[in-house]
Amino acid sequence: MPLIQLRDICKTYQLGEVQVHALRNASLNIDRGEYVALMGPSGSGKTTLMNMLGCLDRPTSGSYLLDGEEVVDMSSDQRARLRNRKIGFVFQNFNLLSRTNALENVELPLLYSGHLRAGRRRERVRLLLRKVGLESRMDHHPSQLSGGQQQRVAIARALANQPPILLADEPTGNLDSHTSREVMELFGQLNREDGITIILVTHDQAVARNALRSVVLHDGQVVCDSTDFGRATAALYQTEGANP
Amino acid sequence: MHPTLTLRVALRAIGKNKMRAGLTVLGIVIGVAAVIVLVSVSQSAGLMIHQQFQSLGTNVLFVIPGSQQGGGIHLPTGSIVTLVATDADAMTAECPAVLATSPMVSARAQLVAGNQNWSPDQIYGVNEKYLTIGNWRIKKGDYFTANDVHAAAKVCVIGKTVVDNLLGGMDCVGATIRIKNIPFQVIGILEPKGANLFGQDQDNIVLAPYTTIKKRVSGSTFNNIDAVFVSARATDRMQEADDQVTQLLRQRHHIRHSTLDDFTVHNSSEVANVLNIITTVMTLLLGSVASVSLVVGGVGIMNIMLVSVTERTREIGIRLAVGARSRDILRQFLVEAVVLSTLGGAIGVAFGVLVAIGATCAANALLSGARWPLTISLNAIVVSLVFAGSVGMFFGYYPARKASKLDPIESLRYE
Ligand SMILES: Nc1ncnc2c1ncn2[C@@H]1O[C@H](COP(=O)(O)OP(=O)(O)O)[C@@H](O)[C@H]1O
Ligand SMILES: [Mg+2]
Repeated sequence: MPLIQLRDICKTYQLGEVQVHALRNASLNIDRGEYVALMGPSGSGKTTLMNMLGCLDRPTSGSYLLDGEEVVDMSSDQRARLRNRKIGFVFQNFNLLSRTNALENVELPLLYSGHLRAGRRRERVRLLLRKVGLESRMDHHPSQLSGGQQQRVAIARALANQPPILLADEPTGNLDSHTSREVMELFGQLNREDGITIILVTHDQAVARNALRSVVLHDGQVVCDSTDFGRATAALYQTEGANP
Repeated sequence: MHPTLTLRVALRAIGKNKMRAGLTVLGIVIGVAAVIVLVSVSQSAGLMIHQQFQSLGTNVLFVIPGSQQGGGIHLPTGSIVTLVATDADAMTAECPAVLATSPMVSARAQLVAGNQNWSPDQIYGVNEKYLTIGNWRIKKGDYFTANDVHAAAKVCVIGKTVVDNLLGGMDCVGATIRIKNIPFQVIGILEPKGANLFGQDQDNIVLAPYTTIKKRVSGSTFNNIDAVFVSARATDRMQEADDQVTQLLRQRHHIRHSTLDDFTVHNSSEVANVLNIITTVMTLLLGSVASVSLVVGGVGIMNIMLVSVTERTREIGIRLAVGARSRDILRQFLVEAVVLSTLGGAIGVAFGVLVAIGATCAANALLSGARWPLTISLNAIVVSLVFAGSVGMFFGYYPARKASKLDPIESLRYE
């Protein structure tokens, strides 16, 4: 059974009189341990899909089975628990708590899962920060860290509860090419060594190339889903040509 | 999230913006301080009145000749001798609610000692029980005995003001003073009581056996007395004592049913009760006026919490994204509001206590004589702290609920 099973997902926004179809009958299966790049022109529904996958949003219709459980019918508390335990989210703009240090930022998901005592919690946070190479910056606030460092803190936070899935919506969008390469190396390592399923939205082909599978969205629909990066880029050019 | 963690998160959030937190709780601080000060002041007033009544004597009734019934004072025709020393003795013997009595005759005279003279406010002729009845204590020497009273001995005890003005403040037990040229031996000095409620000096007094004052100072041949001091057995038996004394005196004076009393019983407990009620009402009134400002302070908290929720929308989004449930968010903001208002309350208590102490010191420095007591009501402190906390809970609920209803995606997008 796939880890993620999306069936005919539709998301429609009502903007006054106008209906905006952000996702139209998107279907997608992703297995445990996959590394997927999600591409598509701006406004094609990538973020909407990621929010859906991350249990932050609910589709207008369709079905989403996560680990065999139907997410669409869940209460908001149940979805909060899924976000806490099964999903790590990495954002383009890092989304760290600005007035708390790295340690406390990484600790945050552990506070809401509440299964670790303070000592074990600190131990785990230290381990995570070591993993992303920031053990020495534990007491730095986000404003005292570079963009790449902030993103690595965010990744450590996403991994706090050892979730099987890491979702990253344009994680390198605010980083220069050098730091973005570092972040991508970290992702690759997490996928290879820890078997974490990674789904990554990106505009950058150099970034997308790291993934083992590419999914291209266009107008809220999956137009290409392939392990062949060349085919995916071709499909991407086609969508951009068709929708300049 | 675990409650202690929630509390820590709240304390952190408050600590990060101390200035704002201070301004937020200013209303609560002032409200609680006002409650503490006003309750303290009105309770001090009550206590002072109570102390004054205590210093008048222990559960004292005061019986004087003449009637005050039916308006005005009706002296019995022909100035009959109405109240006599044996009336006082009979009260002690026959009224169960009466603990002790003392006849009283008063005199006005100058005192002379050596080449000094002095006019005391009161020269009281009383018996050996009066010391207890009047709630006096002897500071030095002794009080006169039943034998002294019986023998009309020329002894007296004097108050501090008399000691200071007539005898230059020296140790004067054993000294002789003259009242209307009659030598009295000073056998004791009274413990000072200070001024009474009306600023009158209570220590400007001479006490001597009533027999001596009556026969030797006033030179009277009648056996009437000016008043009887009656001490009831307990404060709540004063009315009972009043009734028994009235009954007994009517009987002893052969007053028929339809006729008016030829004496009047002054019962200080009535006045004390009224004053008690007044001070209680005053305490409640001032307390509730002050607590209105607490409510206003609560509105201030709500205001700032609402701003804070808007400002921290992104923080809320982040917390939701990493797995906070909406009730975690609700709790976080609610606890923050309650902690804020309780802290404000604590600061208000400290502030209020300081002001109350300052006001008491100032009152005692400015008003000579009367000693204004300091009362800090523990009840007022506990009640206003609890009230401040509840105000925070009540006014923090709406902002907290608003925070908990935020949508994670929109909050994350909020700039
Ligand atoms: N909250 C919203 N209200 C209305 N329309 C929205 C909302 N969020 C997204 N959309 C629309 O949905 C479409 C897909 O958006 P999005 O998923 O953000 O695209 P992408 O991330 O691929 O750029 C866009 O046309 C966008 O305007
Ligand atoms: Mg997007």
